[in-house]
Amino acid sequence: MLDMNNVAVIDYGMGNLHSVAKAVESLSADVRVSVTSDAEQILNADRIIFPGVGAIRDCMAEIRRLGVDEIVTKAVAEKRPVLAICVGMQALMERSEENGNVDCLNMLPGQVLRFGGGKALLDANGQRLKVPHMGWNQVTQTQPHPLWHKVEDNTRFYFVHSYYVQAGEPNQVAGTSEYGEVFTAALSQDSLFAVQFHPEKSQHAGLQLLDNFLHWDGTR
Amino acid sequence: MALAKRIIPCLDCDKGRVVKGVKFEDIRDAGDPVEISRRYSEAGADEITFLDITASSEERETTVHTVEAIAGQVFIPLTVGGGIRTLSDIRTMLNAGADKVAINTAAVTNPEFVREAAERFGSQCIVVAVDAKKVSQPGEDNRWEIFTHGGRRPTGLDAIDWVRRMVDYGAGEILLTSMDRDGTKIGFDLELNKAVSEAVDVPVIASGGVGNLQHLADGVVKGGADAVLAASIFHFGEYSIPEAKQFMADQGIEMRLLASAE
Repeated sequence: MLDMNNVAVIDYGMGNLHSVAKAVESLSADVRVSVTSDAEQILNADRIIFPGVGAIRDCMAEIRRLGVDEIVTKAVAEKRPVLAICVGMQALMERSEENGNVDCLNMLPGQVLRFGGGKALLDANGQRLKVPHMGWNQVTQTQPHPLWHKVEDNTRFYFVHSYYVQAGEPNQVAGTSEYGEVFTAALSQDSLFAVQFHPEKSQHAGLQLLDNFLHWDGTR
Repeated sequence: MALAKRIIPCLDCDKGRVVKGVKFEDIRDAGDPVEISRRYSEAGADEITFLDITASSEERETTVHTVEAIAGQVFIPLTVGGGIRTLSDIRTMLNAGADKVAINTAAVTNPEFVREAAERFGSQCIVVAVDAKKVSQPGEDNRWEIFTHGGRRPTGLDAIDWVRRMVDYGAGEILLTSMDRDGTKIGFDLELNKAVSEAVDVPVIASGGVGNLQHLADGVVKGGADAVLAASIFHFGEYSIPEAKQFMADQGIEMRLLASAE
């Protein structure tokens, strides 16, 4: 159908893509979600979700093997809206400390670092913090963006990760959160928006963000 | 600004039905895990844990469909436990929409399974569930042992050594149940909780013995838990999740409070 909103969820064999597909499908009867690794199908979609769970080395190996790096680069060059989630976001950076340093896609400047950097992670009161950072934390919106539409500042989203993004370009940071240190919770560059948290697991706030993505034209 | 402590209602399911049922007002089907999960999510539950107690493997097909149905409608994290013994069991549950799996007996039978599971699927989705019982005598230093088969079978494993080993093997979270307290409604075993929480770097979920809201708060404040799991106090409508969250927040615990009930 002509006025269908086609969303491709990039499938590179790493974990649970059912949740994000179901969450997007629940938002509108006019949305068609394909979970696929087919480059042509992905590049024909109106918008693209680049998810990821698990360890970065295995993810990067599959991303490269399936040419996902070229697909994402091309989609962004064509100004197609792309939403990267969790390890999908980390994969866009220069490199990750996980698995003994792994080169990532180098699409955005910045590093992926371990919480605490090998030392005990402490909060403002000196209490030890657990790693992974697992649960609902507040996200401070550091710049206005169409994806924050109807999402209140400092709303809680669901996170689960042991490594975090340290952005290299402050202007690209769209949101921050704090866990022992302030880290990048959301990045924005052209038609690309990347989040460390899981909107598909963040109930109303997460569904609002996904709905915003469905209506986003990729511009500011 | 900080990470919120979590409240996790637990659904015990047999052949796709919630065991003992749930007493909510105006609920259409008190045994339907999908509807109950949706209610809890709307009420502000931070996660859902689905514990499959179905005995026969043939009937596990039902569980997979139930997990699919919950994951298709409830957009908060879902942990599935019960009968997770192989990498293929994990893959099946993750593909059905579970975010995490809880491994219990299979970890005791074959600890390497936890290592393989964490390597294959990532620590973030591997919860090791441990059932511990106090075995020290009064006057001795506290000592807890791991039990299986609903607390009936001792394993000889020291609980603190065991959780350390499981985290070393890649467990991303520990679901800790005190078999002494389970079903008693007299509160968590706070000493056990504190000892486990201090022994490992990963989050610990306290379980077993909740009878009132103070018990939940104590689990966090005195037991060092990152999350609290409860079944009956929520199922039978004694307390609602918003009440529990407000009670804990009033005691200075960081909680995710919803702006409204909807």
